[in-house]
Amino acid sequence: MTATTRTFGTESPASRGTFGTESPSVDMSTSLGAVPIPSPVLTASGCSAFGRELEPFVDLTAIGAVVTKSVQLRPRSGRPTPRMAETPSGMLNSIGLQGPGIDGLLADDLPWLAERGARAFVSIAGTRVEDFAELATRLRGVPGVLGLEVNISCPNVESRGEVFACDPVAASDVVAAVRAAADPAQPVYAKLSPDVTDIVSVARAVTDAGADGLSMINTLLGLVIDPDTMKPVLGGVTGGLSGPAIRPVALRCVWQVHQALPEVPILGMGGIRSGLDALQFVLAGASAVSVGTAVFNDPSAVARVHDELAAALHQRGFASVTDAVGYAHR
Amino acid sequence: MTADAACMAMKALTGAVPRAENPPVQRVVEVVGVRPVDAYVELTLAAPEIAERAQAGQFVAFAIGGASSALLLRRSIAISTADDGQVVVVVSAAGPGSAWLTERRPGDTVDVVGPLGRPFPPAPPGARALLVGGGYGAAALVGLAARLRADGHAVDAVAGAAGADRLCSVQELTDIADRVAVTTDDGSSGRQGLVTLAVDELLPDAGVVYACGPMPMLRAVADAATARGIPSYVAVEESMACGIGVCMTCVLPIVGEDGKTRFSRSCVEGPVFGGDRVRFADVGTLPWDVVGADAMGVVAP
Repeated sequence: MTATTRTFGTESPASRGTFGTESPSVDMSTSLGAVPIPSPVLTASGCSAFGRELEPFVDLTAIGAVVTKSVQLRPRSGRPTPRMAETPSGMLNSIGLQGPGIDGLLADDLPWLAERGARAFVSIAGTRVEDFAELATRLRGVPGVLGLEVNISCPNVESRGEVFACDPVAASDVVAAVRAAADPAQPVYAKLSPDVTDIVSVARAVTDAGADGLSMINTLLGLVIDPDTMKPVLGGVTGGLSGPAIRPVALRCVWQVHQALPEVPILGMGGIRSGLDALQFVLAGASAVSVGTAVFNDPSAVARVHDELAAALHQRGFASVTDAVGYAHR
Repeated sequence: MTADAACMAMKALTGAVPRAENPPVQRVVEVVGVRPVDAYVELTLAAPEIAERAQAGQFVAFAIGGASSALLLRRSIAISTADDGQVVVVVSAAGPGSAWLTERRPGDTVDVVGPLGRPFPPAPPGARALLVGGGYGAAALVGLAARLRADGHAVDAVAGAAGADRLCSVQELTDIADRVAVTTDDGSSGRQGLVTLAVDELLPDAGVVYACGPMPMLRAVADAATARGIPSYVAVEESMACGIGVCMTCVLPIVGEDGKTRFSRSCVEGPVFGGDRVRFADVGTLPWDVVGADAMGVVAP
């Protein structure tokens, strides 16, 4: 990776005077929908629980937001173990959306984040359109809840037919219902699956249905077989593939969708481990990014990626992260 | 509720294991000692901030390789001892990640998070403690044995393994414990047989049992203790991706103080659990009476 300093138009970055030569002072503020956030780097749903466990390692108030593990209406046990298999530069998981349910989230996890001044971007999941709408209703006006990420793409559900994001019509039904039920001040992002033939058509459908932004991507459906037992490793048989192994796929999805829908904000995720990885997503069109599986490797990854991204933007002459969004298309 | 769970709820021998006193830290630390011990490698780390926080039963989680390593998941390994600014762990090279750890040399640095998990609770006042270690699991009992002795408890220890080269920490335990028994499956050291041979003999004197090792051993030891009404604490070795409580991969069916079974994370709600609270027979399944199983479509038979 080169560190070429670039300038834009007639205005050179140095002439803006927004940063010194010693420490980069790139403006890292961005937004989710219309809601401003101080950092473009967030946790990823399902990879940082509800944020609490990261407190020893990361200033939760300084990161963009804690994207919660997907919550459903009722408590869910999740799938039996084994739930995980390490794969080259990644992992396969079949957790099955284990969680406390919306009552537990409202009583316990969200107040904990709000007391600390941490922003929550709440991921919601369900098996019926009405489930999603009810969750959005329950989250209206809840302190600290910045917005909603609609998980219509978790591969670890009982039936592939429940992966709404594989069908543009089903996906838009969910998003329209959530947008109608949700607090108008809370942006609604639809989380898309890469396991589709044409992700742009799904992206277009959900934005037409009212999505304020898109989260891309969820895991890819995968399988690992144990050569000793000669059976699938995971209790859930198949699982979601994540980590740097999927980064090029994720980046391609962000690129395609930003090219087709340049006005739609994108929260990019999929194998981001370093600031330069995050930079690629920003250049492809993401206005913010989530760091997921890398947190398992490095619990301070979200803060580290923020710092590395700021340095990388500085080295390339960007005064702000928003200046760099979609730069690779120009 | 199964008969098992109902029984536990009525006369539980153990409560929830309390959290550790200190939160973990993440540090890049230097390897200051590497000592092959039969089938294992003992690593000594200069990690004062982890050592001063550590309590017996806790573990550390290592990153494998450098910043671009293709092995992303942390390797969680029990702390053997944590004294004088040094943390000692015993590593079994079971796969590429643990093999990388055993190939470290003095002067190398490793990225380590710890101390993690809940420690072994103290023994009841005046109780004689029985410590049972399987394979390298015995290493996790060395610090505990020392603490129990310092607290004035009599300590017996049993170390078992498949063969002599898979035994661990026998000398360290012998230096601390009042009585030490060794068993091996093949009879290459100590008595031939499973640890339960020795456990059954020492149990009548015990007021509390602590165990670390493979799941079948933990189950046998916990069942034997529970059958005699003796509280037992087991440190489980579950597959973990993160070690800090965010990945949700290391769950076990654990009976809570309310009698309900939940999928509990071995890393933050364990690795030490009351031996009578682990539903060993149901590990790897989704029993219908686990909290939230109904939402997965699993219904009462």
